[in-house]
Amino acid sequence: MSTGEPLFEVFVRPRRGLAHTHVGSLHAPDAVIALRNARDVYTRRQEGVSIWVVPAAAITASSPDEKDAFFDPAADKVYRHPTFYEVPEGAQHI
Amino acid sequence: MTPSPLDVVEYALRLGDDALVAAQRLADWSARAPEMEEDVALSNIALDQLGVARLLLTYAGEVEGAGRDEDALAYLRSDAEFRNCLLVELPNAGPAAAVGTPGDFGVTMAKLLALAAYQWLTYERLVASTDGHLAAVAAKARKESRYHLDHATQWVLRLGDGTEESHRRMQAAVDDLWPYTHELFATDELVGRLSEAGVAVDPAALRAPWLEIVEPVLAVATLDRPTDGWAPEGGRRGVHTEHLSYLLGEMQVLHRAHPGARW
Repeated sequence: MSTGEPLFEVFVRPRRGLAHTHVGSLHAPDAVIALRNARDVYTRRQEGVSIWVVPAAAITASSPDEKDAFFDPAADKVYRHPTFYEVPEGAQHI
Repeated sequence: MTPSPLDVVEYALRLGDDALVAAQRLADWSARAPEMEEDVALSNIALDQLGVARLLLTYAGEVEGAGRDEDALAYLRSDAEFRNCLLVELPNAGPAAAVGTPGDFGVTMAKLLALAAYQWLTYERLVASTDGHLAAVAAKARKESRYHLDHATQWVLRLGDGTEESHRRMQAAVDDLWPYTHELFATDELVGRLSEAGVAVDPAALRAPWLEIVEPVLAVATLDRPTDGWAPEGGRRGVHTEHLSYLLGEMQVLHRAHPGARW
């Protein structure tokens, strides 16, 4: 049913202190209407206290083709996790 | 001075029927709005109106004390017993459109702008009503009306100051509906008595603040503010346009054919 209006990604903050989380996307002629549409489509049941809308075209995303190059090298680097390091006996304040 | 219960019933029906008939008209857009997102928005607004209508009709039935509930009042009254303003019963395609003409989104937004501004101003003042029930309904409804007003404003701005075609149709919608806005502010002895008792909001006092809301929106939307002239009225006395009969026919058919039907 879309008439070619731009796509916006919607982020909702469920309550104070939490981060905005991506909840979906919608079409709107501009950002102001997108915000109102988001209110109607994604916060009808008290899902949030704050909404961001971002033009989907403004998002630069990692490509699925680059998945291996981007993410795989992290797989065998266990020393990046704090659990890799043993805390010496008797060490304080760490 | 204690207001007469019959006056309160009548006043609650005026407010409630405005909301009920507006809800029925808006619901006609379900699955037919220009965009899926707008579909959800219009249905939300329709449900807001319906929610307020249910509270007011239920209250009218209780005060009346004749055993009529919200369903009896919504589904079993004839058009002459409805107390809504003419504005809300006008078809979505405009006052002069033939029956069955598909809705015009510009007309719906022009109508919503006029109605929501009026309802918001009413509810904002009705929260101070000496009638605790009406005050409580107004406290709930005013936030919803504020949003309806915002929604209509955003669209009138965009359609008025949009393309040549959207401007033309938005202007036509405002011109066609403007005469019907005068009835919103018409006062009579009943509201005179009730506003004196602190129960009702005198609509006559709302015209100036209403213009302060509506005129700047029209100006920014590059729309001409129509001149005041012909002012059809009669809705508050049950004298309606033919459009209400068709609307009620559709709204009431199920309940009349299957009394008490539930799903």
